[in-house]
Amino acid sequence: MEWEIVMGLEVHVELATKTKIFCSCTTEFGGAPNTHCCPVCTGMPGTLPVLNRQVVEYAVRAGLALNCDINQYNKFDRKNYFYPDLPKAYQISQLYLPFAHDGKVQLHTKSGRDVTIGIHEIHMEEDAGKLVHSLFGDTTYPDYNRCGVPLIEIVSEPDFRETEEVIAYLTKLKSTFEYLGISDCKMEEGSMRADVNLSVRPKGSTEFGTRTEMKNINSLKAIERAIAFESKRQIELIESGGRVVQETRRWDENKEKTFAMRSKENAQDYRYFPEPDIPPLYITDEELAHYRAICPEFAEAKAARFVSDLGLAQEDAEIIAGSKYLARLFEETNAIANDPAEVRYWMMTQVLYFMNERGVQAEDIKLAPEKFAQFIGIVKAGRINRQVGKQVFESMFFGDDSFDVEAYIKEHDLEIVDDKSLIEETIAAVIAENPKAVEQYKSGQTKICGFFVGQTMKRLKGKADPAAVNAVLAEALKKL
Amino acid sequence: MDIFQMTALECGAAIRDGKLTAVEAAEQVLAAAEADKTNAYITVCREQALARAAAVQADIESGRLTGPLAGVPFAIKDNICTKGVKTTAASHILGDFTPVYNATVMDRLEAAGAVTVGKLNMDEFAMGSTSETSYYGPTKNPWDLTKVPGGSSGGAAASVAAKSTLISLGSDTGGSIRQPASYCGVTGFKPTYGTVSRFGLIAYASSLDQIGPVARTASDCAAVMDVIAGKDPMDGTTLDTPAAGYLDALTGDIKGLRIGIPKECYATAGLDPEVAAKTRAAAETLAAAGAVVEEISMPFLEYVIPAYYIIAAAEASSNLSRFDGVKYGFRASKEDYSGLVDMYNATRSEGFGTEVKKRILLGTFVLSSGYYDAYYRKALRVKAVIKQKFDEIFAGYDLILCPVAPTTAPALGKSLADPMAMYLSDIFTVSVNIAGLPGISVPCGFDKSGMPIGVQLIGKALADKTVLNAGHAFQMLTDYHKQFAEVK
Repeated sequence: MEWEIVMGLEVHVELATKTKIFCSCTTEFGGAPNTHCCPVCTGMPGTLPVLNRQVVEYAVRAGLALNCDINQYNKFDRKNYFYPDLPKAYQISQLYLPFAHDGKVQLHTKSGRDVTIGIHEIHMEEDAGKLVHSLFGDTTYPDYNRCGVPLIEIVSEPDFRETEEVIAYLTKLKSTFEYLGISDCKMEEGSMRADVNLSVRPKGSTEFGTRTEMKNINSLKAIERAIAFESKRQIELIESGGRVVQETRRWDENKEKTFAMRSKENAQDYRYFPEPDIPPLYITDEELAHYRAICPEFAEAKAARFVSDLGLAQEDAEIIAGSKYLARLFEETNAIANDPAEVRYWMMTQVLYFMNERGVQAEDIKLAPEKFAQFIGIVKAGRINRQVGKQVFESMFFGDDSFDVEAYIKEHDLEIVDDKSLIEETIAAVIAENPKAVEQYKSGQTKICGFFVGQTMKRLKGKADPAAVNAVLAEALKKL
Repeated sequence: MDIFQMTALECGAAIRDGKLTAVEAAEQVLAAAEADKTNAYITVCREQALARAAAVQADIESGRLTGPLAGVPFAIKDNICTKGVKTTAASHILGDFTPVYNATVMDRLEAAGAVTVGKLNMDEFAMGSTSETSYYGPTKNPWDLTKVPGGSSGGAAASVAAKSTLISLGSDTGGSIRQPASYCGVTGFKPTYGTVSRFGLIAYASSLDQIGPVARTASDCAAVMDVIAGKDPMDGTTLDTPAAGYLDALTGDIKGLRIGIPKECYATAGLDPEVAAKTRAAAETLAAAGAVVEEISMPFLEYVIPAYYIIAAAEASSNLSRFDGVKYGFRASKEDYSGLVDMYNATRSEGFGTEVKKRILLGTFVLSSGYYDAYYRKALRVKAVIKQKFDEIFAGYDLILCPVAPTTAPALGKSLADPMAMYLSDIFTVSVNIAGLPGISVPCGFDKSGMPIGVQLIGKALADKTVLNAGHAFQMLTDYHKQFAEVK
């Protein structure tokens, strides 16, 4: 039988406000345990939460970006459960009147399909702390630094059918929130966390199967593996006559398996009720209009502009525009260099290579557009060839603020060799020292030309213009 | 100079005039607190109080502190957090919890030059109407040590009545300031919800709790309001109302004030005829001074108790969840548990008293999935209706006058033996909290056995000054508030 996978996502995103949602403690990641907390976020007796309006602004702007309807009148509720990482023993969240609902996200997947994912609702809530278990397993230390860090939880409709849709969705959320400047969405650091609700059903069926919810998935790669594992598990279970149990399952990255955490029967009753300590909040028409007005250009519009105005290929434009940081580097460099093709070339070859192969994160790129543009000017002036350019670019890319392109080229003597007589001398020497190769050339093996070019470039330390070398070589060979 | 001959305002004036120092005042109250026979205090903080009194005295002499309460000794209900002074909410589960922060009211009192002498006994987590559920033993009524002082702010009322302090802060969730004030023959004021910051008040029912003063007179209460009222950035539920002007509003003029007397209150089963008579007589006193007194209807009276106990218990079940043995306070000893859930169970079973556990269970039940709509949501609807009905009444009246409690103080042990009767005795006070209104209890007489009776005046939201002024006017016409218990 052919099976269809049905998925819905619950994505938690930490908002990058300076202070926490209900107190004035810093939200900074890291820090020695229990140094970023106060009586309020550690739930000391008598303390009260006071809503940080910056959180509301960030949240509403996220809701607008995901095409949601905004509940201008919305409220907080308490979700009650006992756990040592939750010092009040309740999480302040939104159940009955979340701030945003009924949105949609348009996706363009890797295989080129256009898909629309519905957003059921988005609500604001506070993060919990972290438990650190001792090596010997006998003691647990709570760290409340993360308590009260603001989150939004984005609950999608069960509209996902393929893994690539999930990847495209999360990539788009990250890109969108980056552009809004409301979150850094680092899955590895936990500032974006996705729970995947997954069920399977015979292809063509309109009824939903029983779903499981997978938690603890910390990267896009892990999501792909988790979906593959869980869908296979469910299909095999059903095909062997079993039944999927509605439960929460934990993804174990090392074992590459999901494990049952708790079943629906054992599901906690969170005893939600309206949070009496925080008055209902009202988002005014003026605020909404303002948030709409300051909405930035997102990836899709930007990519379209890169294609139509700057002549980039769609695929390149999508990659560069997909990241606020790449797009900014591209646009600001091009504003000086005024050569989109050349800027694109170095970004798509070198920058992407460093990102893919060396784990550089786009937001960590330090390269200044001015320096990048200066470099492009040097390449375009023909003062260094592209091969040498790669070496210079790499040093510049990983160099610090003090890196000086001109000084670097001078120090390493990398300027192009355009002295024709030097090239002629070098080629003559190469020919003289390689009689065997000369014989091969004479017997019609013209491929050997590459050998001569290579030898010549090597002696010239790669600094010659390959075109000039080819021209001189052709003349020299003719004379043989 | 015996400061117990004075009101708090008179004491403040004497200190300002140099007839008395803040240190002498503190010494007298400390000595009385330490000799207190009613078990009104959980903690007496002698050293801190004397150090503070000396500092305040210096500030008064240098002219830095000029307010009417500068140098006046205060006692504070033990569910209000006091920096560096043990705060227990009268519960075992808080152990020796000592806050590293002040409640906002404490910051404000200290800024006004008040001197805290100790922390007052109460029902555990303010749950009770008798102050008998305290882990630290029951407080007794100064007028008769075999009787309860009322609750939950029993210590706050008993200490004022027993001359072991001049003035105190209590908290009122369903009558917890007004009812003990009535039982002890003192004045207790519950402000409009949102007028006084709750930051640092250990929550019982967040949507109902409000801090307020207990004192000998309405004018002392007004002076305290001038200090503690007003918006607080640490409490999002505080209202943007003018913070001061309470004392200045006490003109004593009540001519033309329209006062309604709800007939349902006087038809309540179990209403002591002496209480009925004295409170009606109080209405006549006010009428003689120019108020217009008429009978009105409060048709919702029979619904207030169930609505109150559902809302209060629900919120309490959540508010008290943080007392889990993980972070501070009491934790069961290691031999008594294995594993996390077991630690929670052992700690909470041992750390909470019976009444608290009962309310946590009730609250947990009414919030449970499947029961939420039938109980909690319905109670919220009733709350909305009650608010609306009060609005209708206040469209025609400035104040409502009724008893505070159906009887005078019952004997120790009697109420907890019949908890249903105890819950029902809150009938005249809880609706004020449900609707978030201001209310005052002022002494209006004594029953045949010499136990005090209080009358309650209720105003519309934010009419706190009207309520205080009516209480003040009544006290200008009567001397019930000037009679003191002889503690035997």
